[in-house]
Amino acid sequence: MASTSDTTVPARILSTLQKIVGNRHVLSSRSERLVYECDGFTLEKNTPDVVVFPRTTEEIAQIVRLCHEHGVPVLPRGAGTSLAGGGLPVGGGVLVVLTRMKDILEIHPDDRYAVVEPGCVNVWLSLALRGTGLHYAPDPSSQGACTIGGNVATNSGGPHTLKYGVTVNHVLAVEVVLADGEVVVLGSPAEDTPGLDLLGAMVGSEGTLGIVTKVWVRLTPDPQGYRTMLAIFDSVDDATTAISRIIGAGIIPAALEMMDQGIIEAVEAAFQFGFPLDAGAVLLIEVDGLEAGLDRQQQDVTQLCRDCRAREVRVAADARERMRLWKCRKEAFGAIGRLSPSYCTQDGVVPRTQLPEILRRIRETGEKYRLRIVNVFHAGDGNIHPILLFDERDSDQVDRVLRASHEILSACLELGGSVTGEHGIGVEKIGFMDQMFSSSDLEAMHALRQAFNPRGLLSPGKLLPTAGACGIEQRHPGRRAAL
Amino acid sequence: MNSPSPSVDTPESRTELGIDYATFLSCVHCGLCTASCPTYKETLDENDSPRGRIYLMRSVADKRIELTEPIRRHLELCLDCRACETACPSGVEYGKLIEPFRNRMLPAPRDVFHRWILWKLFPNARRLERALLPARWASSLGLLSFVRATGLWKLLPRRLGRLVTLLPPLRKHPRLPSRVEAVGERRATVALFTGCVADALFRDVHWATLRVLQANGCDVIVPKNQACCGAIHYHSSQEEEARTLADQNVSAFADLDVDAVVVNVAGCGAMLKEYGHAWPEDGAGKRAQLAQKVRDVNEFLDELGWVAPLGRLPLQVTYHDACHLAHAQGVREAPRRLLERIPGLCIVPLDESDTCCGAAGSYNLTQTEMADRLARRKLQNILRTGARTVVSANAGCTLQILRQATLEGIRLRVVHPVQLLQESLEAAQQ
Repeated sequence: MASTSDTTVPARILSTLQKIVGNRHVLSSRSERLVYECDGFTLEKNTPDVVVFPRTTEEIAQIVRLCHEHGVPVLPRGAGTSLAGGGLPVGGGVLVVLTRMKDILEIHPDDRYAVVEPGCVNVWLSLALRGTGLHYAPDPSSQGACTIGGNVATNSGGPHTLKYGVTVNHVLAVEVVLADGEVVVLGSPAEDTPGLDLLGAMVGSEGTLGIVTKVWVRLTPDPQGYRTMLAIFDSVDDATTAISRIIGAGIIPAALEMMDQGIIEAVEAAFQFGFPLDAGAVLLIEVDGLEAGLDRQQQDVTQLCRDCRAREVRVAADARERMRLWKCRKEAFGAIGRLSPSYCTQDGVVPRTQLPEILRRIRETGEKYRLRIVNVFHAGDGNIHPILLFDERDSDQVDRVLRASHEILSACLELGGSVTGEHGIGVEKIGFMDQMFSSSDLEAMHALRQAFNPRGLLSPGKLLPTAGACGIEQRHPGRRAAL
Repeated sequence: MNSPSPSVDTPESRTELGIDYATFLSCVHCGLCTASCPTYKETLDENDSPRGRIYLMRSVADKRIELTEPIRRHLELCLDCRACETACPSGVEYGKLIEPFRNRMLPAPRDVFHRWILWKLFPNARRLERALLPARWASSLGLLSFVRATGLWKLLPRRLGRLVTLLPPLRKHPRLPSRVEAVGERRATVALFTGCVADALFRDVHWATLRVLQANGCDVIVPKNQACCGAIHYHSSQEEEARTLADQNVSAFADLDVDAVVVNVAGCGAMLKEYGHAWPEDGAGKRAQLAQKVRDVNEFLDELGWVAPLGRLPLQVTYHDACHLAHAQGVREAPRRLLERIPGLCIVPLDESDTCCGAAGSYNLTQTEMADRLARRKLQNILRTGARTVVSANAGCTLQILRQATLEGIRLRVVHPVQLLQESLEAAQQ
């Protein structure tokens, strides 16, 4: 990896970094650092001054200590799949890439937990658990590439988090390198640790409180059976009403996803599943659990959908059909290339009962800005993903997309929701923080960060806005491929 | 319209790179490809990932960076296995970026090995067969295993030494007839593509292919004037030679009245299927016509529907997905469905079955360190299945897996699916 250095990092620091991790695990030439200038969020770019690939907690502690002594910013990065710029080295400095720390260290089926390094790809853990009857529940659609460390940093979700909860519900403990290089363990694999919930603060802190170097994760028993249904509606309103009815009836589906007419068109072109092209919206509903209760739940869901004027409710006949349905949902974003050269996926949350209202607002926003907007999202928890279609080579369209996105996210806040469901704040949404939180809320968060990260060298410019600034001004909307 | 990158979005630079700039733009930088990339899984440096390589190529095109030595190394390290195309939700055609980029931007290798062995000897089945004569004698006298076992091969020039370790047991098989008739009612007429290295080293697979096709009601024509598919040249910046070979194959196959041109080497099949758009200029129409008729033998038999009686084959096997079959041609289920028909055969799933074994055409002769790492990884996954028979539908993978097993002193049988199908046919006749 090592080659001619043209970094601005002082030679003394560079050579110490090379001693810590070994020459071949440091990138210092600009041409090789370039690929680390952005992650899945490409609107803003900044090349890190040096990139290091440590292998152990001790190496990370030494790196952080060195940076602490010299006042150099440090930022951890996993697979770089963040859609909000979580891996963007805003302040330059040392980028600590955790991909080499990828091992699954322990699996304890009886105690139902596993210990993994932060660079372990989410799906590798699921693969390693095959045959144990257990799985790791958080399943972001990017699970084939994103890392558990990144999941912890952003408190990731996924289709099945409606029933099983997000990452914070599945992390029992973390080992963390603090801002001064000290190594601590927060939480414990034993349940119900007393004291302040520092672990809860760490999960979702986007690298601003410390660098997570080891994770104890909870393992969940595989459900005995599944029923996967496809409910077809003439209108989006009927479909969203059905969502509220299903949850309101006390049924907790394992997943409850919505795709509107625009997405159906793209998905059908890509995968030929047999979706009706004239439907207004479809719901993909999965219930799981003990085999004994599933037929009853399936009947209840079917009836509730029919009550909301569902035209048809189909049930996946077998495991293969279920996999095909999920493939259509998880790869829906790839299919959007068939509708438009560029697209921008937004991530917002509203209370479930406000889904019909927010979708009306999205439609109106689309009309107002003359943009086509299609929707595919985790409907069960009100996590919307409107996708704005445009051509990035047309600056007028780009401008309209930015204004429309802002209007949609503001509407989410107005309806009592949030500007991100699962992608995190990163740098993308930092400008919304003062709309979402009162100044005293933000002060409390700043105080917490101050306690962990007093010099502000860990992941600077992330998550919390700096006083007086309103975040990074956007010039260009992001095109997103996965959620 | 605003150009995203005015410095390159001009016809001149498009020609220079041989890349349509829009293909760069189709990558939305989501990173979902990274964990599918064999080289990234080994080095864990994004410069060695598909997303990173696209970024590097685009940055060179945009003149943001120079094509320096380290950047060149990252691009040369790519196996062109296309696992990233399978993983990409946006449908980025990575092969259409890396292949023309490497052909135009990286200097063609000029060493003796490339010029005389890879480009001249390999693509000519007859010449190769003659050149292998001493090796066959050595093989029958047990000398080859002696050279391998004692490490004497390390004394040979580097690439020649590796070639020796790659050679499978060499046996003489009769030449293929120019035509065979269907057994029973004729259901289809096909032409068989025999290739170069495959014909010299794996003629038994060709024979098995003939027998299996015959047994399922196919007349099979084996055109004598066919040539190497050109992949070896195309993937080492020798486009002109590759096109000459393509046109030779067009004249051998295009006018035959057949339902399909059947190929049993995944790498050749992938190349033949790309004849249509590899060279968009003169004669593209005829090349495209041929490309449309090309079918991998697994794909063809699966589509045609198997009818021949199969006998018991009590074996535990595992199936390795050749990159050029699974990723480049999208054929994954067909070989598995065919193997599942064999009574008594137990197919144990292989972890990372579609991660490249490191063969990748001539990659295992040029990028030896990475090729060896991937071969070790593949063999470890194979050994974990407990099966000692591996099914591989690509000659290159077969050689690579066998080599690694031999070096590690492990007895492993590596066969083509049609060979097991033929054995099962024979078992039914007994």
